[in-house]
Amino acid sequence: MTYYRSYHLFGIFLLATLTWNCSEKSTDSIELKDSDQISYNFHIRPILSDKCFACHGPDANKRESGLRLDTEEGAFMALKESPGKFALVAGNLEESQVYHRITSEDPGELMPPPESNLSLAEKEIELIKAWIKQGAKYEPHWAFVKAEKPALPEKSDWATHEIDLFALRKMKENGLEPNPEAKPHELIKRASLDLTGLPPSPEILDRFGDFSGENTYEDLLDGLLADESFGEKLAILWLDISRYSDSYGYQDDNIRSQWPYRDWLIHAFNKNLSYDQFLTWQLAGDLMPDATKEQILATAFNRNHKYTEEGGVIHEEYRIEYVLDKTNTFSKGILGITMECAQCHDHKYDPISQKDYYQMFAFFNNSPEKGFEGDVSTSKPAKTPILWVDQEDLSGILSFVNHQDSTRLSISVMGELEGEHKRTTHILDRGVYDAPTIPVEASTPSSILKFPENAEKNRLGLAKWVINRDNPLTARVFVNLVWQEIFGRGIVKSAGDFGMQGDLPSHPQLLDWLAVDFMENGWDIKRLMKQILSSSTYKQAATITQDHLKIDPDNIYLARAPRMRLPAENIQDLVWASSGMLHKKLGGPSVKPYQPPGIWESATSGRGVLATYIQDEGNDLYRRGIYNFIKLTVSPPKAIIFDSSNRDRCEIGRGRTNTPLQALVMMNDPMILEASRVLAGTLLNENPDGEKALEMAFKRILCREMNAKEKSILSGYYKDQLNRFTENPDQVKPTLEIGEYPLDEKNIKPETAALMQVIVSMYNLEETITKS
Amino acid sequence: MEKEILEQGLNLNRRKFLSRLSLGVGSAALGSLLIPDLFKGGSPSEDAIMDALPHFAPKAKRVIYLFQNGAPSQFETFDYKPLLNKNMGQELPESIRGGQRLTGMTADQKSFPLVGSYFPFQQYGESRAWISSIFPHTASVVDDICIVKSMHTEAINHDPALTFFQTGAQVGNRPSLGSWLSYGLGSENSNLPAFCVLLSRGKGNGQGLYSKLWSNGFLDATHQGVQFSNSEDPVLYLKDPKSMSRDERRKMIDQIAAINDLSFKEFNDPQISAKVQQYEMAYRMQTAVPEMTDISKEPDSVIKMYGPDCLVPGTYAANCLLARKLSESGVRFVQLYHQGWDAHGDLPNQMIGQAKDVDQASAALITDLKQRGLLDETLVIWGGEFGRTNYCQGKILPENYGRDHHPRAFSIWMAGGGVKPGIVYGETDDFGYNIVENPVHVHDFQATVLNLMGIDHERLTFKHLGRRYRLTDVSGKVIKDLIA
Repeated sequence: MTYYRSYHLFGIFLLATLTWNCSEKSTDSIELKDSDQISYNFHIRPILSDKCFACHGPDANKRESGLRLDTEEGAFMALKESPGKFALVAGNLEESQVYHRITSEDPGELMPPPESNLSLAEKEIELIKAWIKQGAKYEPHWAFVKAEKPALPEKSDWATHEIDLFALRKMKENGLEPNPEAKPHELIKRASLDLTGLPPSPEILDRFGDFSGENTYEDLLDGLLADESFGEKLAILWLDISRYSDSYGYQDDNIRSQWPYRDWLIHAFNKNLSYDQFLTWQLAGDLMPDATKEQILATAFNRNHKYTEEGGVIHEEYRIEYVLDKTNTFSKGILGITMECAQCHDHKYDPISQKDYYQMFAFFNNSPEKGFEGDVSTSKPAKTPILWVDQEDLSGILSFVNHQDSTRLSISVMGELEGEHKRTTHILDRGVYDAPTIPVEASTPSSILKFPENAEKNRLGLAKWVINRDNPLTARVFVNLVWQEIFGRGIVKSAGDFGMQGDLPSHPQLLDWLAVDFMENGWDIKRLMKQILSSSTYKQAATITQDHLKIDPDNIYLARAPRMRLPAENIQDLVWASSGMLHKKLGGPSVKPYQPPGIWESATSGRGVLATYIQDEGNDLYRRGIYNFIKLTVSPPKAIIFDSSNRDRCEIGRGRTNTPLQALVMMNDPMILEASRVLAGTLLNENPDGEKALEMAFKRILCREMNAKEKSILSGYYKDQLNRFTENPDQVKPTLEIGEYPLDEKNIKPETAALMQVIVSMYNLEETITKS
Repeated sequence: MEKEILEQGLNLNRRKFLSRLSLGVGSAALGSLLIPDLFKGGSPSEDAIMDALPHFAPKAKRVIYLFQNGAPSQFETFDYKPLLNKNMGQELPESIRGGQRLTGMTADQKSFPLVGSYFPFQQYGESRAWISSIFPHTASVVDDICIVKSMHTEAINHDPALTFFQTGAQVGNRPSLGSWLSYGLGSENSNLPAFCVLLSRGKGNGQGLYSKLWSNGFLDATHQGVQFSNSEDPVLYLKDPKSMSRDERRKMIDQIAAINDLSFKEFNDPQISAKVQQYEMAYRMQTAVPEMTDISKEPDSVIKMYGPDCLVPGTYAANCLLARKLSESGVRFVQLYHQGWDAHGDLPNQMIGQAKDVDQASAALITDLKQRGLLDETLVIWGGEFGRTNYCQGKILPENYGRDHHPRAFSIWMAGGGVKPGIVYGETDDFGYNIVENPVHVHDFQATVLNLMGIDHERLTFKHLGRRYRLTDVSGKVIKDLIA
């Protein structure tokens, strides 16, 4: 039955997408032909959900006139307030009150009512009309139906493997042809950035040159996947989801030490822990049989949220707040469902009741956690329950935790109350901590997947439910996240919302194929990434044609590779790596790099050890961006300027803005200036000839050879700057004196200063910080 | 080719631009500094939201919000309660407290003795408003301001209360008021951010500030507040390195543009042209911002008005003067924070210091704007995140006492920008504990501010993860009585 149902669903997908661009709601007028098949999932539900469900949907308390349009039963029932009449009558427009109400000219009759500030577009009304005429068929929400592998589209010479068959079909349906393959150097830079977050060195570029002989593209991918930088790259995604930070947030915002969890993430990705285990450990590592300290450490995932140390709070208010955060992070980050609405009332769009919400909440409500453990004067690096890590662990099972002194480490993790201490969870009226109503037991929303009868009613049972092959969300959500990391946009654009209000998948069959294939192959993350990176789709050039701009400006159909500005962390990585200054060290406590003075100090209560910013020294200044210290109440300014999450809550996906503040950072940040200064010195020491040094700098920073036009511009600029500094020798030293890296006396000369200016310009090129 | 794509981008967004222009702010609004994505159209529904703005003729074009962080006591500012002096030391009647939840700081206190203001009050202006003796300058502009004595909030601790005032929700990562206005109305000045943030601190008991208070939340990062600092770099990373002249900077930007242009020819990516534009704006900002923070050209009369502190960068007075300059140049929203009002103990002493910091400059800002003919179109707001208790926290002496947090009633003032001048709105009971007339909830306040800016608070929404969010969440009503 399930098989039939999903098969049917795909039949509809196929038909529907023949005529419409289904992932974008266009306001353009359209002409409907009688033969056009309307899909509830793709055409009708988005309209009803957005415009009708708030009053005629799942929320029983806000339902108007007893009419419910989100279920077939509700929609076809006789209208409570108009006996003998029906909201919908299959195939009959005249008898369907919905049709009359959405086209009424009487403002008192019109739906949605004008005071709701919502209205239906002409196209939307046309679609609803056509749908009713065709029988007003309902379908289950696509993301809540178990994923099955769809049949493959027809073969193609262009395709490397299955991904390409699905992608190519979409391109063709939309009048697009794939771009030619990117140049080898472009692919090397692209794959390096995607898999390790680091630019390829000139040696790697030369070695893989044209992918011939022993050095194929596949060898490149294998090498990158085996590199320890792989974990450092992918961990950033999960740090955003798990709202990782180095301080407690709230008011005095003192330091905490969750960083061993960050080290674990890097380790888990590097050793390629399968995604099902990765989730199980984080959700319920402490409840696993004979749980190891590594598995318990993974549960810190649930504890990275903020903790108040504000004297005078009501403890239970905050304890509840923490459990809400855990529940919301779980549902958004792992299930791709925003459940927060159901914290206060039945969900208005998704079939998740307030009871469902608190049943989910109950899984996380049984940890011996406290709402408040004292103010900043008694602050400790971790809060109950705590995992203690000693030297024995560090030389054993937790050897990946990079702790260099002999003190014991403590990390906030999960625990479980037993027997009489078990907490009873209640539905909280309006989501308020002191308004408990009905008691509930731990369970999961049956609209997604029924909780197995025999599973433990605790987080371990929850984890089993999450990784169940029948769970329709887990794998889809994760492969979509990985897709988003690589292509800049998920197959489902709203990567954190697979619910009714979320975006529809642009390639529904590809998504399902990937999700099922991922599960069938042991939830193997590295395999998934290699699969995507070896596709012809991925390997296309990023050049944009007029057709692209006209048909698909947002690159939804992937007839070209995306061009994306790097995330903040990877900009830092690129600068230090290309200048040869990157201090490669895996893990350890977060570091405090250069930061403009006074930022912490101007916004502090003055209490706690983070009242003043004490910059690190030496090698710690040249670490990868992932290790930058994050104080929650005063976000690292560059990270925010470059669209990072502020880590206040679970976030999925970052924006990519283009602002003048970013230009100012790139031109004036001591990091850029110091890297340029040091690289200029290094290259001139190796090549007294400035022109040659220029070429080498370009290759390190842009990851390719400089072409003739570029050379003419940049050497012209170099000569100009050389003149400037030769004629104004007093400007040389002040220009070079930037950053703490020692300045060699012999480098204090006009050549260094001149080359430094050219290198700064190179770092400021759009291409430099763009994956393309 | 480049020109064509630029044209195309502009066409796509013309409607957006026109809607911004219709604010009547003149041609300078074209291409607001921090709304840089010329080339990116929003979703149709977003476009529909943007096209409708402003929803009606705005009374105020700009806002200066003087946030008094830590919560100044209403009893030593604007809410005159002689009964508290008369009944000094007597227990707060349970009937008045009415089950109000208490913070952990006084929840265990065995007794709740009433405490009256150490400072005398006097009536001023045509409204005969009561103002305490430590705010003489504010008293002198009383006929220009509207005192609201009936504010109330839901939070009882600083962080959630501040977050509630600024973002409409106690927790969560939502856009702040300034970000909403930047999103809704854009900038009037192409060389300055639409939303600027200025911080200062008094000597009183302080509470931390949080950058999430000026965060863009789920809105585009272009709508985040840009923090000005009193260091040599008024805006982060603004200042060029040592020995770099403006000409040299110009030259470098030209080299960068020349190579970016080659890239554009290869990839045809409109983002590349947008990047070139951002460097041009950055260059202009490098001139515009220092001009803004330089007060050396201000006449003595202005310096005298704001007081000698305004010559010391980073003080509240200096920030008020800077706020006027920014606002005058078209910055949509200037947010000041002055820390130090959290007087759980030693209140009279701390209040004297805090009042000294802010009184003269706040009043000067009103006078200055008025003299320039800008007060009518600039909304100025003064107030904290909640009020303070009418009973004493800790030891009680007439000249030394403390007050805990109180959410049920507190006072703020507003001026200019379409607010009725010279009125006192709302009333509390004789104990100053509960509101007895015209309550104004934080969401009502927010709805009213948006209304003054020409925005219907129910219609300025942003769809994020399946839900349409707005500043006022699911409630809030415009207080029409406050509007002239």
